[in-house]
Amino acid sequence: MDLLSKLLAENEWLMADGATGTNLFNMGLEAGEAPELWNIDAPEKIRALYDGSIHSGSDLFLTNSFGGTAARLKLHNAQDRVRELNKAAAEIGREAADAAGRPVVVAGSVGPTGEIMEPLGPLSFAGAVEMFEEQASALIEGGVDVLWVETISSPDEFRAAAQAFANLDAPWVGTMSFDTAGRTMMGVTSADMVAMINEIPNKPVGFGANCGVGASDLLRTIRGMVAAKPQQPIIAKGNAGIPKYVHGHIHYDGTPELMGQYAVMVRNAGAKIIGGCCGTMPEHLVAMRKALENTPIGPAPTDDEIRAVLGDFSSASDGTGDVAAPKRTRRRRK
Amino acid sequence: MSNEEDDDLILSELPDDELVPQMHDDLYDGMADEIAEGVDILLERGWEPYDVLTKALVEGMRIVGIDFRDGILFVPEVLLAAGAMKRGMAILKPLLVDSGAPQLGKLVIGTVKGDIHDIGKNLVAMMMEGAGFEVVDLGINNPVESYLEALDKENADILGMSALLTTTMPYMKVVIDTMKEQGIRDDYIVLVGGAPLNEEFGKAIGADSYCRDAAVAVETAKEYMARKHNQL
Repeated sequence: MDLLSKLLAENEWLMADGATGTNLFNMGLEAGEAPELWNIDAPEKIRALYDGSIHSGSDLFLTNSFGGTAARLKLHNAQDRVRELNKAAAEIGREAADAAGRPVVVAGSVGPTGEIMEPLGPLSFAGAVEMFEEQASALIEGGVDVLWVETISSPDEFRAAAQAFANLDAPWVGTMSFDTAGRTMMGVTSADMVAMINEIPNKPVGFGANCGVGASDLLRTIRGMVAAKPQQPIIAKGNAGIPKYVHGHIHYDGTPELMGQYAVMVRNAGAKIIGGCCGTMPEHLVAMRKALENTPIGPAPTDDEIRAVLGDFSSASDGTGDVAAPKRTRRRRK
Repeated sequence: MSNEEDDDLILSELPDDELVPQMHDDLYDGMADEIAEGVDILLERGWEPYDVLTKALVEGMRIVGIDFRDGILFVPEVLLAAGAMKRGMAILKPLLVDSGAPQLGKLVIGTVKGDIHDIGKNLVAMMMEGAGFEVVDLGINNPVESYLEALDKENADILGMSALLTTTMPYMKVVIDTMKEQGIRDDYIVLVGGAPLNEEFGKAIGADSYCRDAAVAVETAKEYMARKHNQL
């Protein structure tokens, strides 16, 4: 059994990590620079990133390989370094986890290719599978426990990643980003994602949502998934509030206390793996761990409770349930 | 499922007042071949290219934009519609240039320096093109110089800037401030967009407008261009 499945079987909940980008920028990563290059050029900083999660009580962390597909690395003229950069990301992670003194899962982060898939765009399904497989095999070679595809919008791209992981016979999880009125940019609702997972032959260890808008929207998404009766554990990685422009720099308005409340509420909503995304720093993780340990599991929060604690939703509906928008009458159908 | 009668619909047999709404529907459904056929038929019937553009294509995309805004259509459907629009535009473009018809406007767009995320920007570019604008896409990671050079060289009306990272959004202000310093800020409509932005941020940095999504970008661009034309 893979380590993540084992920990899930032994624990009522697990805490994931926080932001990768926000932390690396604080360590001096220049905007526009590919974070993955630091796996080779500044490995001590990547180790510090991973240790930040481990020391804050995370049961798992994601490797610094989000933009590690050939399609993304190409923007930095590093498309020939997929294996090298991903393997290094995983190796640093393996070392950090093995030094933790308790079981910590190294999850190999796989982000979107950034390309639009056929027939709408240029990327073929086979091409996407090939890129994901190239990245994933290097992550496995570097020693990850599980592959973790995240921030996906397109169902086809999600399926391509699942196919790549099947080709490698590797355990995996997948999360999508629901940032457009409760749906992904490509129109997928929380319930749609559950239905899609049910049709994928190689089942993930868990699945869920990450990033998106604020913690309120993410909570609603998790509730939507739970309502659709998922067969696997649900993952929630929400942003630390909403970015605000204050005195010339960007600040996330989610305090550690607020992220602690978010963690408890999203667990009550049914999530089993709970973490943060953009803006989530070690101090947020410490507050989340403490809140999760000190608060008993309670009933799922209502819309009003979510609004009262975490702020209003970005849209009235999230596209699930009986709210189907009226379709126009067409004279000729496809 | 479609019924047989609908499938057998023959565009060339429809009178103008039925063909044009049919083209709106075909655009909505992303049917590129049918749009190209419809454009040809209207031109054969003696329509001005500019009228085909505005009454058949732009109007059809306006309906697509409304349903995208209202959460009835999503990105995949809009991209298909924009693709169909593009097929129609390919026929009209040379004719429009020859006839000296008024242009909707020209947009220079790019992701700001430091930012390598481009899906949102690509969607806006496709939809603006779909709405009939001329689009010059500068790609990702643009310093202020490349924006200013392109605006000048292309004789553009609109500058569109995109950022996905909270660390790169402040660069939009650098671009706008430079435009102010050079006294050219008011020569252009400046639209900004990207996941972490909001209305408040757009105002704070001195943009004309923040556009929440690609459909809003198109509507906003049209509004500002209409105001600009009225001033002339």
